[in-house]
Amino acid sequence: MAVYKHRYRRYDGERTAHWQRLLVVPRYAYRKVFDSRFFTLFFFVCFLVPLGAALLIYLRHNLSALTLLRIPEDALFAVDATFFEYLLRIQASFAFLLTIFVGPGLVSPDLTNNALPLYLSRPFSKTDYVLGKMSVLMILQSCVTWIPLILLFLFQGNLAGTQWVSENPRILVACLVGSWVWILVLSLLAMAISAWVRWKAIAGALLFGIFMVGAGFGEVVKQIFVTRWGDLFNLQRLVKVIWDWLFSGGQAQATYVRGVEVGQLPIWSAWLALAVFCGLCLLLLARKIRAYEVVR
Amino acid sequence: MNSPVIELDNLTIRFGSLEAIKQLNGSFSGRSIGLLGPNGAGKTTLIHALLGFHPPSSGTARIFGKDVLRDAKEIRSLVGYMPENDSYIAGMTAVRFVAMMAELTGIPASAALERAHEALFYVGLGEARYRKVETFSQGMKQLVKLAQAIVHGPVLLFLDEPTNGLDPPARERMLRLIREITSAREVHLILSSHLLRDVDDCCEEVIILKQGELAVYCNLEEERRANRKFVELETRGESPAFIELVDQLGCEWAQSGPTRFKMVLPEGLSISQLFYAAARADVQLRKLTYKRDSLEDIFLKAMGTENGRL
Repeated sequence: MAVYKHRYRRYDGERTAHWQRLLVVPRYAYRKVFDSRFFTLFFFVCFLVPLGAALLIYLRHNLSALTLLRIPEDALFAVDATFFEYLLRIQASFAFLLTIFVGPGLVSPDLTNNALPLYLSRPFSKTDYVLGKMSVLMILQSCVTWIPLILLFLFQGNLAGTQWVSENPRILVACLVGSWVWILVLSLLAMAISAWVRWKAIAGALLFGIFMVGAGFGEVVKQIFVTRWGDLFNLQRLVKVIWDWLFSGGQAQATYVRGVEVGQLPIWSAWLALAVFCGLCLLLLARKIRAYEVVR
Repeated sequence: MNSPVIELDNLTIRFGSLEAIKQLNGSFSGRSIGLLGPNGAGKTTLIHALLGFHPPSSGTARIFGKDVLRDAKEIRSLVGYMPENDSYIAGMTAVRFVAMMAELTGIPASAALERAHEALFYVGLGEARYRKVETFSQGMKQLVKLAQAIVHGPVLLFLDEPTNGLDPPARERMLRLIREITSAREVHLILSSHLLRDVDDCCEEVIILKQGELAVYCNLEEERRANRKFVELETRGESPAFIELVDQLGCEWAQSGPTRFKMVLPEGLSISQLFYAAARADVQLRKLTYKRDSLEDIFLKAMGTENGRL
């Protein structure tokens, strides 16, 4: 490119729409993230399970292939709500690992290097900044959760016929809503941690620790008080309660503590606990995302 | 009369019980305005308030007639900001960093990249534009901050302590760049500094803040013009004939010693006419000086008097 204009000049050309500016942040972030070969390789590994699932669905509807491979038809999984819920659980784990890899580096370098005034002195608000940074995670997580699940649903629908689709719209909604619940919880948590912890390794460990410590603490509460409410501290459990409700239509599973049946958390409490958790993460973010350092 | 760039109407900014900006009023229309004041005077807070970072506790501020809170987005697409401290996005080359900043202002990707290259060449970082910003020296980091502030061609440029941490040659280069930018007459400049020379070199007008209050607002060019008429001179021996000639030339004068004079020259009188008068009176002039460091005088007066008012 010829660079020949070495003087100050105003810009009078066209301007991009506001929503396009939000996508500038993930576009630049991905260039940096995909510079890592390890990450690129891992990202492709995340698609192996959906590919395997696609193969299973294909075999399930192809008797000649089953015969050729000498696989009895009943040896394969049934492609139903349980199948998709298991797939979602597996893909959610990959999304979690992707978040551990990408999340800690989102906000903390900007705070360390005082980059926020540069963003916020432009027509780019605090909300835009948070949305832009969150979209880095949300797009990646979407790629490994609801997008492959929806594609698999459509694939199954195509092979099984429209009757299967009309009988199972719940699976479609559950895949979408269930994935987005997980994506939102993970993204907000990763952003909040990244805003408060400046060391990437510690932020990654903390992200992992919040799930582990929460689960451990919840289990202790359950065991001591013989109550189901300990699960309120267990993020994974909260999300699982919602997934179960979405996929199985609210059939409560029996849960025992020290031999006593305590039942599962009511669905409203899981939604409420996650909403409070997300609100807390937003509050933590709002306190840190500002254009200037507050000196007390 | 130029339309005002900045209008302040009882602008007050509080942080808890601390009043960082106290009821600032004024309408400032200069093309390049210097913000002077000692540390903690409220220079950076005022810039932040104008950028909409600090909502006013009371009062209002307008830039080009637009309210800094209500029309913040519109204002931010018109301004460029170079912060005081090191500010960059880690892990990016200079050209990608500046291009990203241009894109965030709404310039399409291809134009943003072209302008990023141009801005970096313009500030003198053409050869270093593919290096990561964190590897830059302090002077280069200042220059890349300037590049990101001008890449989208703003109408108003805020420079907060642009010569901070620069060695003398780098400082000179930075000041030359700022003068060049403002001389193009396409951009208004607000330059915050605690260095009088930086403001004196680059600005037409100056606002002096003291403890969050407006101490002085004056036009430096007018001050300079006024100072050009004021001379101090010293003769060898007493010289009544010279004083008579000076009177005839229309100079107002006062004697500060038997051989020392302070004079205010009338409009149109050049210094050479004083030399001719001295020659005619057969008087040797030992010393003739213009009143210098006018900004320093103004600043010291502002800092010294009660409430900082002249």
